[in-house]
Amino acid sequence: MTGIGLLTVFVLAVFIGFEVVSKVSTTLHTPLMSGANAIHGVILVGAILVTGFATNGLEIALGLAAVVLATINMVGGFVVTDRMLEMFKARR
Amino acid sequence: MTKQNWVDLAYLLSAVCFILALKGLSSPKSARRGNLIGAAGAAIAVVTVLVGTEGLAHIPLILGAVVVGTVIAVPVARQVPMTGMPQLVALFNGVGGGAAAIVALLEIPRTGGGFALIASLFTVVVGSVSFSGSVVTFLKLQELITTRPIVLPGHPIWFAGSLAGSVGFSIAVFARGGVGAGTPLLAVVVVVLALAAGVLFVLPVGGADVPIVISLLNAFTGLSVAASGYVLGNVLLLVAGTLVGASGTLLTRLMAQAMGRPLTSTLFGALRGGSTAGGAGPSLDRPVRSASPDDVAILLNYASKVIVVPGYGLAVAQAQHVVRELADVLAARGVEVIYGIHPVAGRMPGHMNVLLAEANVPYDQLKEMDEVNPQFATTDVVLVIGANDVVNPAARQPGTPISGMPILDVDQAQNVVFLKRSMRPGFAGIDNELLYQPNTTLLFGDAKESVTKVVNALKAL
Repeated sequence: MTGIGLLTVFVLAVFIGFEVVSKVSTTLHTPLMSGANAIHGVILVGAILVTGFATNGLEIALGLAAVVLATINMVGGFVVTDRMLEMFKARR
Repeated sequence: MTKQNWVDLAYLLSAVCFILALKGLSSPKSARRGNLIGAAGAAIAVVTVLVGTEGLAHIPLILGAVVVGTVIAVPVARQVPMTGMPQLVALFNGVGGGAAAIVALLEIPRTGGGFALIASLFTVVVGSVSFSGSVVTFLKLQELITTRPIVLPGHPIWFAGSLAGSVGFSIAVFARGGVGAGTPLLAVVVVVLALAAGVLFVLPVGGADVPIVISLLNAFTGLSVAASGYVLGNVLLLVAGTLVGASGTLLTRLMAQAMGRPLTSTLFGALRGGSTAGGAGPSLDRPVRSASPDDVAILLNYASKVIVVPGYGLAVAQAQHVVRELADVLAARGVEVIYGIHPVAGRMPGHMNVLLAEANVPYDQLKEMDEVNPQFATTDVVLVIGANDVVNPAARQPGTPISGMPILDVDQAQNVVFLKRSMRPGFAGIDNELLYQPNTTLLFGDAKESVTKVVNALKAL
């Protein structure tokens, strides 16, 4: 997909983002930030793509660095969010 | 269907998972499941790109790097104490921004110019700012550097210059179509200047305002991921990044509202020498009423309704567990106990909720400001533990650094008990009129020790 198609997706995603997040209760704002943080760890997909099509050693090295960083973001983000949410329990 | 169709479908599924993950956070009941759905979406995306991309090389190396990242991230994420959560989120945000910047950097020569090249350069600049800004945020929150605003000589000029420089060199790269000898060097200059801009952006922000910066940098990383999605023609990155960008922007706005001042004064106030200057100093000679833990225990024992107002001081003293014990003892004696949570209590929006949840406080006892404020007038005792500015009536008057900030109307309760270490003012540096009110009692000492003494006195009654 290119050009206008991607722009269309972008604009619709902005509306979905605002709509979904405006319903999040303030009690959960910290997990929201941490969960959203984990979601942008999906840049790992981009890091894998640039590394997989790298043509020289420098590109491979940089790409692998990006893969490591993105993995830390994604995996760490989801684990820490889960730990937080695990603690939110109703009255026993 | 072609293989590409399947790949696109898998990405769509993954994007839907991310939307469901955010939607799950609308209630504590569905939140954990939502997060797991999000993690599943991420896993689907990674497997899809690995098996579904035609001509992808270096797969063993990539898998090795994924393992390295996982081995680093999991123990840290498992072991960090809940008080340290904000700086960890800042750090994870930073590495994400860094990854986006590297991805875009490598794409610069392949875009063939045009809007994709602009999006690449945008990602390089914003991702780098997010990376270095997050690192400074981490250092501030971890108190490895001072939490006070740091303003260098000529700070605004250096900041504006580095930002303008990174944009200027970006234009130079764009003019060359992103290719040719010398272009990589120009791109490196863009990165270095953007990194400097990120550092200079966060340095002048005071410790109390850092939550807003985390939220804003989170939005920045989201937007840079979205832009890299455009560059790579990858719809999933575009959607996921945009969702995060939107959520970060919304949260930043909500927080600025909760602090009662515009975002620009939070971010650039120190540069203008304005908002963080503080008002009149504390008048140490004014009489206050202090009490012993036994007095407080008696007061609580004969109350029918108690509201606890926790602040970051409670978290620093690690008093959340003993406070819950106090609430349990009171509840067993028929006293109604709830917690009044100010939106900016703690160091991240909602941070106090997480800290209390860690101490097994049921979330239905945690009341938001709008819900708890009408209840103070019918409350016998309010316990203010390690909080100050969020209950300071000075916010209702013009001309103070916190003017306009919505506060908890603690002064309307029958009795107010302040647990404080000293008469030192709060982060905003202004005196709190509430401390001198006739119905206010002060219990000096470390929050954890004080509450423990109150609990013991209460049990002895």
